[in-house]
Amino acid sequence: MGAETIFFFLFGGGAILSTLGVLLSRNPINSAISLVVSFFFLAGIYAMLSAHLNAIMQIMVYAGAIMVLFVFVLMLLNFGDEEHEKPRLNPTQIISLLVGAALLIAMFSAATAFVDGSRQVFHPSMPPGFGGVEAIGHALLTSYVLPFEMAAVLLLVGIVGAVVVAKRRF
Amino acid sequence: MLSLPLSWYLMLSATLFVMGALGLLLRRNAIVAFMCVEVMLNAVNLTFIAFSKYHQDYTGQVFVFMVIAVAAAEAGIGLAMIVNMFRHKHSVQVDEATLLRH
Repeated sequence: MGAETIFFFLFGGGAILSTLGVLLSRNPINSAISLVVSFFFLAGIYAMLSAHLNAIMQIMVYAGAIMVLFVFVLMLLNFGDEEHEKPRLNPTQIISLLVGAALLIAMFSAATAFVDGSRQVFHPSMPPGFGGVEAIGHALLTSYVLPFEMAAVLLLVGIVGAVVVAKRRF
Repeated sequence: MLSLPLSWYLMLSATLFVMGALGLLLRRNAIVAFMCVEVMLNAVNLTFIAFSKYHQDYTGQVFVFMVIAVAAAEAGIGLAMIVNMFRHKHSVQVDEATLLRH
């Protein structure tokens, strides 16, 4: 059992357990904290897959910026920690669970079946600088410069839209 | 030296995606439902990055960049809508948002 297997189960198991914490905790603040932990574990998985820039972006943007927004709104609204959910299962929830199980089975079979076993391993050697700042930045500003600029416009529209939606009166 | 098969990463991603989808369907708190959307986006990002390494192609990682930008915009707008809903209903339970249902 190599180091990669150990780290895969450490990060992957941690991500799944903390995502379970998001789903099962009654207090939304606990859900938010579990989600931050899950983002950190996923950043570890990204770093294992030599996506170093995306691992850093995951921590800085997701865990650092988006989750701060979530926690800020949770603290601002302050609607108490108990959620008025009925513990027993109603038919809608049973159907949801069945659909989730079917989706999981379909995705697992697709994940194992789309290539044959011999070709499923990753290439042993990577090109130098793969997934680093220089490579991704070069791709973003040459081949993908139009989507990059569109993302900038989208974020601008998002800022203005958030202010307009949350503002009380004009 | 990487020895794990691609399917392990895809199965981890599928598990996280289904957990996020179930949370979106089952939780009634709008903010927690939004968090489950973020979980689903992260699962998709993991698939993108795994295939990016498998094909030794940057495109998947560039797309993850775009997904993060869209997720940031979506979180900003969505939380503003939740704040507005709380102002009208004094609750963030999705069952309370019935204005368009009649």
